[in-house]
This record gives sequence, structure tokens and C-alpha cells, in this order.
Amino acid sequence: MSSVLFDIPGPKARARHRLIMIVSAVLTLLALAWAISRFAAKGNLEAAKWTPFLTGDIWVNYLIPGLINTLKAAAISVVLAGAFGLLFGIGRLSDNAAIRWISTVIVEFFRSVPVLVMMVAAFGLFSFNRVFEASINPLAAVITGLTLYNGSVVAELLRSGVGGLPSGQSEAGLAIGLTRSQTLRSILLPQAITAMLPALVSQLVVILKDTALGAIITYPELLTTFSQIGSYKSNPVPALIVIALIFIAINYLLTSAAAKIEARLRDKGRATIAKGTIGPPNRVDLEPVEEALIAADESVLHERYRTPDK
Amino acid sequence: MGELFSQYNVLGAFGITIVLTVLSALGALVIGTVVAIMRVSPVGFLNKLGALYVNLVRNTPLTLIIVFCNIGFIVNLGMSVSDDFARNNLVWATIGLAFYHAAFVCEALRSGVNTVPAGQAEAARSIGLTFGQSLREVLLPQAFRGAITPLGNTLIALTKNTTVATAIGVAEVAGLMKTMQEDRPDLMVPIFLVVAIGFVILTLPIGLVTTHLSQKLAVKR
Repeated sequence: MSSVLFDIPGPKARARHRLIMIVSAVLTLLALAWAISRFAAKGNLEAAKWTPFLTGDIWVNYLIPGLINTLKAAAISVVLAGAFGLLFGIGRLSDNAAIRWISTVIVEFFRSVPVLVMMVAAFGLFSFNRVFEASINPLAAVITGLTLYNGSVVAELLRSGVGGLPSGQSEAGLAIGLTRSQTLRSILLPQAITAMLPALVSQLVVILKDTALGAIITYPELLTTFSQIGSYKSNPVPALIVIALIFIAINYLLTSAAAKIEARLRDKGRATIAKGTIGPPNRVDLEPVEEALIAADESVLHERYRTPDK
Repeated sequence: MGELFSQYNVLGAFGITIVLTVLSALGALVIGTVVAIMRVSPVGFLNKLGALYVNLVRNTPLTLIIVFCNIGFIVNLGMSVSDDFARNNLVWATIGLAFYHAAFVCEALRSGVNTVPAGQAEAARSIGLTFGQSLREVLLPQAFRGAITPLGNTLIALTKNTTVATAIGVAEVAGLMKTMQEDRPDLMVPIFLVVAIGFVILTLPIGLVTTHLSQKLAVKR
């Protein structure tokens, strides 16, 4: 392990590090033991509160339906947010000042409003105006909130992805006679989207986590099942812990996937957004060529002027 | 729209949002700095402990953490800070928000440390500065400057995330918004606009200030 912050430790420093390690490990264990004993005193460690999670009943009737609802809302939002982001991301790159301006206002507005506020607003609008069937309103509101916010984030990513490409890419496209939109479509966007990939996968984690906000507007997702399980088996705390572990497991997989994609892109020499742009091409040494040209020129001149009257 | 302000305490609700933001931002900064120090320290155990904290917290929904603060600490353990029900929830929501955003503060500070080229530390050592001196004079000033933008983004996210405290009945803006919607469904769109513009007013200056600061204080490389 190397860091800019410290030298490679010598024997004295290593002994000191060992001491710090032991002290901090003991403190951590004490804190953990204290927390566990507090929860145990209220009976949260009783086997009866945990065994329900080993039976199929809780999973089939509560956790899995909740998880499916969570994944459903997340999946639909991902697709819609992608479309929204593509539309307004391209809008922000447009030549037309009006389109660019409107896209900027929309993207910046939805990025600065909390997702929950958008969900509550959408829920109110949908149920008051009876836009959907009553049972679909919460899902629709969750999707609306997630799409508007995450779509704006994707639009912003897209813009910075295209902006981060070397200017030679669009110049080359224009130079071979492509129009601006053709250059954007077939040269800039494919590279920008590859560069965005790790950031996009990390955004999936945000979407998945934010579906839990649906609990506040009565969408029956994974987090809401805790109150049902809690009142059924009177174990709200273990239920919350199990639900947290499910969320952590899924999100951890997504986070690791994002890191892997980024590492693979870097191995291939492709740029990713977080890491900046592709480096400049190697300089070609033109000096020998120039010298050769000058020399050739001189010899031609000598030939021409030395032998006029021969 | 004037009706909304005269009928409901909109500014008071935004006041609670601001109180939540400021208190939990301070908490998150303190906890996050401690975790960041653990993450960059040469002690392997502290390093792993910090990484575990960040990975656990970052992958848990904030709503779950806030709900756990209520169900776990207030209801189950009876850890009350105050007899006042509303104040108790406010305090625990602040604690939940602080611990959640501490993970992001830690990552922001760490990314700041990563912007410092290794050559800076090597140069500091080669001119004979001690570890403490090179940290104080060379490395940390650059690291903090590099962390301004991500820290600002975390503060903006925190401001918006205070709305989640409504899940445990803190009387902030999102909760007031629900009440207003139920009472005055005819004013649905104005209600949304008032709340949304309020958040734009709160978050926009943060973004502008951090962009300005990060450019003004940028380290030329």
C-alpha cells in the first residue's frame, strides 16, 4: 500500500501502527458489544425474531414481492431516465440557442429539486386528476420522480462526456464532410456513452436506493414490507436489518460492476469521464523530413543553375 | 400563491430544512473527516474499517437509515434526547443524515487527496521536511482545494435529502407540502412550484460559491 501521504514505514513506525491497530480494534469491539447488548436487552436477539427469515413464508409473501416492486420501479425509471437524458443531453449540445437554453433550464431545475418533492407532487397530481387507476398512482409517481431527476443527471453526464472528448474527434468528423448531427451521432456519442458507462452504472445504485422513497408515498416496495413483517412477527428491528442487507448486497454488486467496467475501459486505453480525456497523440519528429526536403531542393537548384550552357 | 404563504408556515418549514441541513452538514463533516483520515492512514486495520463503513452506508437507502433511527433507536431502545416528540425526531433525523452523508464527505476528501501528485510528497521529503511539515505545508492545502467541488456537491445533495426526514414526521418542507396538497388540491401546481423554487434558491448559491472557490483556489499543474 503506497500513498503520497506517508513514507514506507520502518521498524519503529510498524510497531506504532501495530499498537494503534490493537487499540482501535479493541475500541471497535467494545462499541459493537455495547450496541449489541443494548439491542439484546430489548429482546432483539431472541431466536423467535430471526427464525421467520429462514422460512419461505416471509420471503414469498413479503420480501420477494417487495423486492420485485422495487426492481420494477427502478427498471422502468432507468429506461425512461435514459431516454430523457439522451433527449436533453443532445438538446444542451444543440446549435440552436433556444433549444440549448430550454434544455439547460429543464436539466438544472430538475437536478436541484429533491426527488421526494417531485414524487409527492406527481402523486398529488396523479391522484387528484385521476390520471391513472388508483392502484397505479404510487408506482407512476415514483417513476416520474426518479425519471426527472436521474434523466437530468444522465443529460449532464452526456454533455460532460461529449465535452471531454478531444476536439480533434469532431474536427475530423466535419473534415470528412459529415454534418454536425452526423458527427454527433456516429463519432461523438458512441465514445461519450462508453466513457459514461461507469458513471451510469453508479447512477443505477442511486436509482435503486431512491426507490425506497416510495415508502413515503405508499408504494409497496421492499422497505415498506418491514412494517408488515414487523407487526406480523413483532420484530421490526430484525426486519429492517434484513432489508438493509438485501439493499446493500444488490448495490454492492452494482458498485463493483461499475469499478470493473471502469478498470476494463482503462486497460483498453479508453477514457472514462472520471479520469479525464484521452491523452494527446505522440508527436512525430518532422526535423529529418524537413532537412531531407531542403537538401533535395538545393541539389535540384544546383543542377538547374550549374549547367545552363552545357 | 400568496394564500399559501399566509395560510401555511412555508418559511418556518424551510427554516427547519435549513436547521437540519446546517446541523447534519457539521456532523457529516466531522464524522467524514475522521473516516477519511482512517481511509488514508497507514494502519491497515483502520483503512479496512473506514472502507467497510463507507461501503455499508453508501449502499443503504437514506430512507431506511432515517426509519431505523426512529424504529431502532427511539421506539425500540427508547433512546430519547428530549421529551418533546418533535424535537426528538429532529435530533435523530439529524444524526441519521450526518452518518449517511459522512460516507460521501469521506469520499470527497479522499478524492481531494488523490488530486495531489506523488511528486509533491517526494519533493517535500527531498527538501528535508518532516512528515508533519510536508502534510501541513504541501499536501493538505492542495488536498482541500481539490475537494471543494465534491464537498459542495455533497452539501447540495444533503440539502435536498433533508426532505427524507418527513418519513419520521419531522415538520420540514416535504411534510408541509403533503399537508398543503391534501387541504388545497386546487393549488397543486403552485404548491410544487413554491417548494421547488425554494430548493433552487437554497442549492443554487452553494453550487455557484463552490464553483467560484474551486476555480479561484485551483492548484495550477
